[in-house]
Amino acid sequence: MQFFLEVLISGLLSGVMYALVALGFVLIYKASGVFNFAQGAMVYLAALSVAGCMEKGAPLWLAIILAFVIMTLFGIATEKFVLRKLVNQPPITLFMATIGLAFFIEGLAPIVFGSEPRALDLGIVDEPIAVILDAWDMVISKFDLVAAGVAALLVTALALFFQYTRTGRALRAVADDHQAALSIGIPLQHIWAIVWGIAGFAALVAGLMWGARNGVQFALTFTALKALPVLIIGGFTSVPGAIAGGLIIGASEKLAEIYLPPVMESMFGGNFGGIEGWFPYVLALFFLLVRPEGLFGEKHIDRV
Amino acid sequence: MLYREAGQFKTSYAADQQLFPIRQDRIGILILLAVVFLVIPGVAGDYWFSAILIPFLIFSLAALGLNILTGYAGQLSLGSAAFMAVGAYAAYNFQLRIDGIPILVSFVCAGLTAAGIGILFGLPSLWIKGFYLAVATLAAQFFIVWCLTKFPWLSNYSSSGVISTQPLIIFGHAFTSPQEKYLLVLTIVAVMALAAKNMVRSSTGRAWMAVRDMDVAASVIGIRLMPVKLLAFAVSSFYCGVAGALYAFCYLGSVEPDGFSLDMSFRILFMIIIGGVGSILGSFLGAAFILLLPVFLDIALPWAARLLGLPFSSATVSHIQVLVFGALIMFFLIVEPHGLARLWQITKEKLRLWPFPH
Amino acid sequence: MSKKTGEVILDLQSISLRFGGVKALTDISFDVREHEIRAIIGPNGAGKSSMLNVINGVYHPQEGVIIFRGQERKRMEPHQAATQGIARTFQNIALFKGMSVLDNIMTGRITRMKASFIEHALWLGRAKREELEHRKKVEEVIDFLEIQHIRRIPVGRLPYGLQKRVELGRALAAEPSMLLLDEPMAGMNVEEKQDMCRFILDVNDQFGTTIVLIEHDMGVVMDISDRVVVLDYGKKIGDGLPDDVKNNEDVITAYLGVSH
Ligand SMILES: Nc1ncnc2c1ncn2[C@@H]1O[C@H](COP(=O)(O)OP(=O)(O)OP(=O)(O)O)[C@@H](O)[C@H]1O
Ligand SMILES: [Mg+2]
Repeated sequence: MQFFLEVLISGLLSGVMYALVALGFVLIYKASGVFNFAQGAMVYLAALSVAGCMEKGAPLWLAIILAFVIMTLFGIATEKFVLRKLVNQPPITLFMATIGLAFFIEGLAPIVFGSEPRALDLGIVDEPIAVILDAWDMVISKFDLVAAGVAALLVTALALFFQYTRTGRALRAVADDHQAALSIGIPLQHIWAIVWGIAGFAALVAGLMWGARNGVQFALTFTALKALPVLIIGGFTSVPGAIAGGLIIGASEKLAEIYLPPVMESMFGGNFGGIEGWFPYVLALFFLLVRPEGLFGEKHIDRV
Repeated sequence: MLYREAGQFKTSYAADQQLFPIRQDRIGILILLAVVFLVIPGVAGDYWFSAILIPFLIFSLAALGLNILTGYAGQLSLGSAAFMAVGAYAAYNFQLRIDGIPILVSFVCAGLTAAGIGILFGLPSLWIKGFYLAVATLAAQFFIVWCLTKFPWLSNYSSSGVISTQPLIIFGHAFTSPQEKYLLVLTIVAVMALAAKNMVRSSTGRAWMAVRDMDVAASVIGIRLMPVKLLAFAVSSFYCGVAGALYAFCYLGSVEPDGFSLDMSFRILFMIIIGGVGSILGSFLGAAFILLLPVFLDIALPWAARLLGLPFSSATVSHIQVLVFGALIMFFLIVEPHGLARLWQITKEKLRLWPFPH
Repeated sequence: MSKKTGEVILDLQSISLRFGGVKALTDISFDVREHEIRAIIGPNGAGKSSMLNVINGVYHPQEGVIIFRGQERKRMEPHQAATQGIARTFQNIALFKGMSVLDNIMTGRITRMKASFIEHALWLGRAKREELEHRKKVEEVIDFLEIQHIRRIPVGRLPYGLQKRVELGRALAAEPSMLLLDEPMAGMNVEEKQDMCRFILDVNDQFGTTIVLIEHDMGVVMDISDRVVVLDYGKKIGDGLPDDVKNNEDVITAYLGVSH
């Protein structure tokens, strides 16, 4: 039981990390209907920018600001040179374009900032929390807890932004109805640029957390692959969905990784590690069977 | 003058429905076939066969498979490489476990195995669409490769799932030289391309395209979406499966599951985007482009760097390659969503009028 | 218009359809007789399109009974309606954009083509024969609609009026016994409207096809339809001969009540 809880909690905490990435997807999808496959690459770019700037001698806070500027400029450029040229194309074309974008970033970022893996020190150590270790004999990482806190902060900040700022409300309006948004008086293109900026910010936060945890390296792009099943479970349009999906994936994946292989080994013999590569996807498929519109999505009948 | 179809009036619908209704196209295709079957085997060297022509043909076939599913039936898949892996491992196991099974039969069986698994992973397409489906196909990509690595039986208990393919013997003749392998692959690819062309110009293809363009309207005119979509998955996976078997048997000779990576799936997707989504010809053009581009960059980049006096590392070459791929994908989607095939068609239309542009 | 309309072939009884909280149709009953031209009219959002969608199985009503040719239909899917001889055009053109005019109309015959994909792949006897046979039929439709000159053009490149005509062609190619037309003349100029009217009347006349028609242009409705159903806010407020409907109080208020 002790062990089960420990696995469950560390799973939930790493689920928060997935949710961080999934959030970026949701923001862009909600506001512009684009399923941005490049979100993972943006996480990589953000983390590399921070690491790169620090290498050039910038202190952490400055590096983060510089990285934010880079991500925003990058988002605006993407909107201007790619997405604006693809308006009225079917969503699947936009999706493929973002796959291209992902490759573009994955090629460009290391040319600019170097490709060798680097550590990113945020000053948070990845060690068990002593109190919990003493009291319940469970290993819960301090880092994971901080990451969860950061994620909670980010979500709250976003929620406030959407609720209480003019731009935020405009963004919500776009999500509901492009025409209505225009009547508020903010050009659609500005809104998209802002959205990409925010998604860049989300990528930066995710990049910092993931980079600090696993090092700044190419593998950061794979965070997108972790986030996709999260999106399927949570629905593409729901921020709470992204969080819930992240938690479900994180927890079930860790539990499966611990408890499934022994079962399979006893059935087939051999070694069945590494199931976290596909398990979230298969889980997501089962969710799709039951709720094609995602946990928090709405059922929708095509109009003709 | 080269491409004048004026005066070629069709007097029957049968004549109009030929494979290549325009005479110049027919002549062109005959010349092309003569070149690839007769001239190239005589003049090309081993390097050309094994490093360029054979992989080109095999990836064209895989791209063709993906194009059937994505370009014609409109179901985006990010798992093509996994279905190639199924084909490769299935062919290997048929050879291994069934005594005396002819190699071509095991290729067909490999295709059928891939088709079966394709149908299985195509099932979600019955209730989800678009990128939801694309994400579902990633499940196929990861799950299949994992299975091939973890179930030792599939690779006959070799370490980390590596298999070495059996010799290629057909009617007692061993295909060992690159030239012979080229001819074998070429024949299979040509036959399958012809079959694909026939499918897409008949009501099978029209049903796929109808589902792609507007699924509600398709069902309203009487198309049953389920069998049509699943057929697209099956046929597509069959093509990818055979391509995978050829990849293992005629190209590399020894493969491991991790070789059939997500990256390879993406490359195949890039082939059809650049070559032409919904075009048989485009699958070939795209495969050639994506395979030759790195070769070209390998040569051109160091040269350009020397010219400009820039520092240069081989890592940078591979990064630039990735960057160029990405940029090209966006470029084509924006500027010419129908890819190289469309450019070729435009050129033909220009030639048709040449030298009088009106 | 002197024409023999036959038996009731489609009988709709107490149909109700909801989308979440929106009541698109409430307790609607009416029937359609063989060979007649039956118009459905009503202000925007009245539920006309939804009614057609219910008839050919695109939407599934929560309540009500549909009897087609004496058979009560439970939940039915669009493709089943198609095989029973119901064809359809859409308010917002639903052509297959990537395909040529010819191919679009050929798809209309898809339920009648029997060759399997393997026969197609190998281009064997039956596949080839079928293509030819159906091509002939399709060419007749093309001649009928006078669109020979655009045969090869991808439909996406055609002007709106012609697209509407091609869509009618696709429906006609199925040789339906009942044709559902959702605003076939919307957005057309006078000349195009006249052409379309002529085609509809010809189809009805030459092939005896039963037609259910949604149309906003009152002149057209009064001219060509045999009987008219009027919907407003998902309810039926009138049903009868064009002249009766025109003088019906409720109908007049419904139409005057909404500002256009
Ligand atoms: N697929 C759907 N999902 C949700 N609501 C729908 C759907 N289809 C129709 N509705 C709603 O049902 C009501 C009736 O719509 P319908 O399209 O049938 O009207 P209509 O009479 O055809 O109007 P118009 O003249 O504008 O075409 C409307 O309120 C519409 O918003
Ligand atoms: Mg309508």
